[in-house]
Amino acid sequence: MDWSYFFNEVVNNRDALLHGTAITFAVSLIAILAGTVLGIVIGIAVTYGNKPLRWPARLYIDIIRGTPVLVLVLATFYVSSAVGFNLTAFQAGALALTLFCASHVGEILRGALQSLSRGQIEAGRAIGLTFGGIFRYILFPQALRYALPTWITAAVEMVKASTLLSVIGVAELLLTTQQIISNNFLNMQFYLLAGVIYFLIDFAIEQVGRFIGRRLEQPTRRMV
Amino acid sequence: MTPIVEVRALHKRFGELEVLKGIDFTVAEGEVVSVIGASGSGKTTLLRCLNLLEEFHQGEVLIGGEAIGYHTRRGQRARVGEHEIARQRAMTGMVFQSFNLFPHMSALDNVTLGLTKVRGMPKNQAIELGDHWLERVGMLERRDYRPSQLSGGQQQRVAIARAIAMNPKVMLFDEATSALDPERVGEVLETIRSLAQEGMTMVLVTHEMRFARDVSDKVVFMEDGRIAEQGPPERLFMHPESPRLQAFLKTSSF
Repeated sequence: MDWSYFFNEVVNNRDALLHGTAITFAVSLIAILAGTVLGIVIGIAVTYGNKPLRWPARLYIDIIRGTPVLVLVLATFYVSSAVGFNLTAFQAGALALTLFCASHVGEILRGALQSLSRGQIEAGRAIGLTFGGIFRYILFPQALRYALPTWITAAVEMVKASTLLSVIGVAELLLTTQQIISNNFLNMQFYLLAGVIYFLIDFAIEQVGRFIGRRLEQPTRRMV
Repeated sequence: MTPIVEVRALHKRFGELEVLKGIDFTVAEGEVVSVIGASGSGKTTLLRCLNLLEEFHQGEVLIGGEAIGYHTRRGQRARVGEHEIARQRAMTGMVFQSFNLFPHMSALDNVTLGLTKVRGMPKNQAIELGDHWLERVGMLERRDYRPSQLSGGQQQRVAIARAIAMNPKVMLFDEATSALDPERVGEVLETIRSLAQEGMTMVLVTHEMRFARDVSDKVVFMEDGRIAEQGPPERLFMHPESPRLQAFLKTSSF
């Protein structure tokens, strides 16, 4: 194997690779952050909402989680333009992953919230907190501990799912790698390189997750 | 003088089942009232109506002269809004059978949460008051412990501090010692007794007959959703009038 040729090609294509990595990183980050915010709203609605709130949220979780991500990506891209929203491939891809992430976060949060005892809500009510305060100070911090490991897994899934945006022409890391390979035919080397970069991103997410987990476990945390 | 708690013709249903069938009673300032009765007689439900953890369908509950939970608008009875309910709940302090401390917070944070987030008290003032009440229930040296690091009796004493620190007009105890190991019951009863002696207004739902007799100014005996008999403890325990109460006292241990 000619390693010097490979390294030359890496250097020559470094801008494209960096750009592809940046796109992968950006689209994953958007999906994880926006999906988490939306997912929290859906998780609350499905756990504590009255019927008109709970049913749409339940339906959303079941439908989106039951749909292959690739179908979701293609549907968002083509349906949005068909109904007059001219989203770029990046926007459509980010939206599809956000919707997907939200369905998972919603379900994860529901599971965590339902594991908490009903007495926690009653104790919060008894000291005069409204639901907003009960959720923020009592339920959410506890649910976060239960949900964090699964949430990290979901976040890593988002990075992996971002490769599917290559089919609608988003120049993320996988599509960029394929384009480079089509010029230099270094299949194995560049796919390996892409694999290493994906691994590093996922590894970083898991480390951040562990860091947050340790912070949550600290013996005494002053809340006031 | 306005009673601290006034219950008028209170009715409550769970679906078809009527669990409170017209309750009337009052608690004067500084009075300690024990509610006794068999399981399923409605005593816990009655207590939970006093701080709106349960809805009720007819009648009124007044705390400090203010009717809570419902208002009449255009002739229709309707539940008041969420913020109003929260404010009215804060007029009472509740101690639960299963403690219900917040497990992710220290003992002190459990006490100060309501002070800062509900009463809007500055942090240092809340800590000062929290420490004061933790000391009062004998838990100051454990202020930084999590609930999981405390015994049941210690948790319940923190829960009492959490409720009373909010400066409620009345303290409500829902079988506060029922979930405790026998050797832990005494410390919690002692805490409650000393608060009673300081003049705190209290309503206790309890199975501790001896304690009810010793500490109460008035005992209310409930039977099948109604108050079957009420009066001073000496009379109810020594000279029960209704056959139901006589039977109940025979089966209860002192």
